[in-house]
Amino acid sequence: MTSLTAQVFHLARRSVLRTLRQPANWITPLIFPLALMAVNTGGLDAATHLPGFPSDSFLSFFLAFPFIQGALFATVNAGVDLARDIQTGFINRLALTPMQSAALLFGHLGGVIAMGFLQAAWYLGVGLAIGVRLESGVLGGVVIFVLAVLIVLAFGSFGALAALRTGSTESVHSLFPVFFVFMFISSMNLPRNLIETDWFRVAASLNPVSYLIEAIRSLIIEGWNGEALALGFSVCIGLAIVGLTLSSLSLRGRMART
Amino acid sequence: MERAIEVRGLVREFKGGIRAVAGIDLDVAPGEIYGFLGPNGAGKSTTVHMLTTLLPPSSGSAKVGGHDIVKEGPAVRRTIGAALQEAALDPLLTGREHLKLQLALHGIPRADRNRRTDELLERVGLRLAADRKIGGYSGGMKRRLDLALALAHRPRILFLDEPTTGLDPQSRSALWDEVVRLKRDEGVTVFLTTQYLEEADVLADRVGIIDHGRIVAQGTPASLKAEIGRPTVEAVPTDGTQPSALEEIFGRFGELQPSTTGVAVRLDGKGDLADIVRALDSAQVKVADLHLHAPTLDDVFLAKTGRSLEGSEEPEEPAEAE
Repeated sequence: MTSLTAQVFHLARRSVLRTLRQPANWITPLIFPLALMAVNTGGLDAATHLPGFPSDSFLSFFLAFPFIQGALFATVNAGVDLARDIQTGFINRLALTPMQSAALLFGHLGGVIAMGFLQAAWYLGVGLAIGVRLESGVLGGVVIFVLAVLIVLAFGSFGALAALRTGSTESVHSLFPVFFVFMFISSMNLPRNLIETDWFRVAASLNPVSYLIEAIRSLIIEGWNGEALALGFSVCIGLAIVGLTLSSLSLRGRMART
Repeated sequence: MERAIEVRGLVREFKGGIRAVAGIDLDVAPGEIYGFLGPNGAGKSTTVHMLTTLLPPSSGSAKVGGHDIVKEGPAVRRTIGAALQEAALDPLLTGREHLKLQLALHGIPRADRNRRTDELLERVGLRLAADRKIGGYSGGMKRRLDLALALAHRPRILFLDEPTTGLDPQSRSALWDEVVRLKRDEGVTVFLTTQYLEEADVLADRVGIIDHGRIVAQGTPASLKAEIGRPTVEAVPTDGTQPSALEEIFGRFGELQPSTTGVAVRLDGKGDLADIVRALDSAQVKVADLHLHAPTLDDVFLAKTGRSLEGSEEPEEPAEAE
């Protein structure tokens, strides 16, 4: 009998191989968020002149955004892969082995996390190469990695939940616009205190994505902001707990082997 | 001797009260090939899913390899290998990667994985295609890999759910040879579902015929065929032969049957084909052609259900468990 860790390793390895063999699944998350960052930075650079804007570089301010968008891509791709396993019956093949049910979930998430790690390195590397300076230093960079991986885990658990609940690749794909709305109704373009439209500011304050962005952003442009980090990590861990719990319950129903 | 598979009153109901399997009993001896024959939607795959622990039964009981399918699921899974109806393979992985993943999840030590992978690839004739992605495999190659995956951990009992559906005759024949070899050389018990009469007839030591979720007949192919009746002899007369002369002779050996090409009789035990030939010869009645139609498993199905198995199809088995 293999241990849970070994099972997770083998399934995560498969997940990574699958991702690497579908170039659209890794090229898009690497390129598209940075392209959007370039467009937004060009168009919104003047925002740095607003009184109270926390940075004189919009690029540095906006660099947190690709981490979130990249996590979203990785999540949807992983959810689609899991849904495809259900649709094709591959999950039954796995269920006939001594594999523990949890290994399936964590194996998929392991692949997503590996992708999240690669993306974080890329975004941070590109950011530093084009002149962004990390106010929190090298240790801050390490914390950004940890946070980025946790965000991917949290989002990934909801992608897995959608896959396990519906067993449909189409349904998982339909999550993408929903997540996108969450991203845009957040503090991605402006700090919440500078958003003048009341409903938008309230919505951004209620939106957990704002706190994830602000935690990463604080490490880039402020240094060590305990409140932003505490909120970011709490939201992230909270989302991961809810997502993993619901996914585990759905997995129990989906793999109803005796 | 303990039975390899023992099923008692097994029932599976789906939402809406649909009874896909409506109380079946069967026994399979160790080393036996058991053919589970029936039309699409008769309950074959649902039975396999229950026996392989993928679907809990609604009621009844079953033991596979001496283990209860409900209470000892993990032990059952260690004992069995299964190639399910859909050859569920990952199109992005190679054949070798599939086998290595399967072996790793079965806990085969790393050192043995490569050797066993090569051995299985060789056995199913996929050595040259081992490092190609499954997306480029033909249907027959996928089925062969599916079989190799089912055999990866050397199971004592093998479930094959319609293993040759959609295969060309050559691939079908190769798979039949492998199934026979597994029984002969390794003593593997095989539970094989099929909708092909010939497959059940050629491969199975015993056959169970399922219809509407119930087993309507069970036994060796020969005994089942013998049970439902005697053979029919049909003659096609030559141009100069009077059909009435043929009918008179055939009438001595049984009840005349309708025939579109000549005269036919269902033998009633008063004689066999040789006796008919001798009678025709002594009466100097010439025939252009003479056929002996032995009963087939389709005749058995017809006799038990009132319709022919070939072309018979039930609504699809429900996919969603209750």
